[in-house]
Amino acid sequence: MSDNNKDTPLIEIRNLHFSRGGRKIFDGVDLDILRGKITAIMGPSGSGKTTLLRLIGGQLKPASGTINVDRHNVPELSHRELYKLRKRMGMLFQSGALLTDLNVFENVAFPVREHTKFPESMIRTLVLMKLEAVGLRGARDLMPNELSGGMARRVALARAIALDPMMIMYDEPFTGQDPISMGVLVQLIRLLNDALNMTSVVVSHDVQETMTIADYIYVISEGKVIGHGSPEQLNKSDSSWVKQFIHGMPDGPVPFHYPAKDYLEDLISGTG
Amino acid sequence: MISWLRYLGRSGLSFFERLGRGNLFLFYILLGLPTLILRFRLVIQQLYVVGVLSLLIIIVSGLFVGMVLGLQGYNTLVDFGAEESLGVMVALSLVRELGPVVAALLFAGRAGSALTAEIGLMKATEQLSGMEMMAVDPMSRVIAPRFMAGIISMPLLAAIFSAVGVMGGYFVGVGLLGVDTGAFWSQMQDKISWSDDILNGVIKSIVFGVVATWIAVFEGYDAIPTSEGVSRATTRTVVHTSLAILSVDFVLTALMFE
Repeated sequence: MSDNNKDTPLIEIRNLHFSRGGRKIFDGVDLDILRGKITAIMGPSGSGKTTLLRLIGGQLKPASGTINVDRHNVPELSHRELYKLRKRMGMLFQSGALLTDLNVFENVAFPVREHTKFPESMIRTLVLMKLEAVGLRGARDLMPNELSGGMARRVALARAIALDPMMIMYDEPFTGQDPISMGVLVQLIRLLNDALNMTSVVVSHDVQETMTIADYIYVISEGKVIGHGSPEQLNKSDSSWVKQFIHGMPDGPVPFHYPAKDYLEDLISGTG
Repeated sequence: MISWLRYLGRSGLSFFERLGRGNLFLFYILLGLPTLILRFRLVIQQLYVVGVLSLLIIIVSGLFVGMVLGLQGYNTLVDFGAEESLGVMVALSLVRELGPVVAALLFAGRAGSALTAEIGLMKATEQLSGMEMMAVDPMSRVIAPRFMAGIISMPLLAAIFSAVGVMGGYFVGVGLLGVDTGAFWSQMQDKISWSDDILNGVIKSIVFGVVATWIAVFEGYDAIPTSEGVSRATTRTVVHTSLAILSVDFVLTALMFE
């Protein structure tokens, strides 16, 4: 990260449109992700949060709109330029996405071996430092199938930061974690962001955890940004939608019932 | 009637769409091959998985196929008093046809299905996606080495199959049925031509190697990333490869041995 453009956002998304299988996922999304901050993107399941990360990472192409990452418009990059940019991005998948035929040490060493010609001793030092940062230096010889879900995510985190990326994207980091692993992850995300001077993007629908670590939050639903601001601002938001989401109310602008014809009529008609 | 036509049209379209994707996929693999020379270690790892681990089934099947050929061939030839040509018959059948074809069918069942399942599961567990985000191209890191290993292994496995088969024919013909050893080997040496028979057999098995491995890695890469999708893709690999090999074999045979 160069210091002369500290004030420009690292990621700048403008008028993003994307649809899949005839369904509109994004319908004109604008958002900025500031350097050095933790930005959370929240929304109900199926609102395309993970899709947004894949669009930023260039794994999907938008129908229209720009996605500037460090002033490179991702959809227009060539294969080579995209891979060059990805070396400076880290992504933490929900499943961890560890390579199942390699042990923990080799998994963290994988990007280092692929992208550098470091000597073995240096790789060892580097990998152990990253594993120490996530508290799993002692687990270096375990295979991925011997790890708990939380540990797998921490190993994946160590791997994602192995090459000191400028940013890291977390895909639902808290889903399916017990309270302790959840606490560990919350702390790690904050710690790594501040210690390594990174930019973090957290995609999540776990309101409480996300509110505690995020500097800025975007709430998306039905393809649009429906609210954004700091956690305090969102808490005070008077948008009924944002309120329903933040406080987890079962009924509101997002109805409890899936669209259907009239209940009585449906019962009486006896068919379909 | 209309719905039947619609079904026909739709499956026809999806067939050609898959065919197109498959060809595009092959093109990307070929693009990834040059960089492999620098990292040949990756191919060697896969040669072990794809080739060496298929050896057992290839050797055992080759032996039995050769033994059956010896028995059947002897029963037919002895009626004409031509049992001394047993060696030629066994070796020709193996080198020209059975070696490449049966080895390729076994290869599809043993190595092809394993390749599809492995790549399909890597996709289902987001490992391929994860690699992409680590700026490691799965095409050149995962797919190309496996493809290369398949192409290298196939002719070698077919050659081993044929050699073991000839030994099987020898045990039965010479060992059990009393064909003359000298006649068995000398007629074989005399009648089998290097360029017509052996070389054509090798060409066949290289083509089969390309076809079988291409189908296997494509099915894996194209699989729907769920357990059901991967299991279907694995089945498809074996079925499609078998059909493709048998039909390609017919075409090649027609071209080579007119």
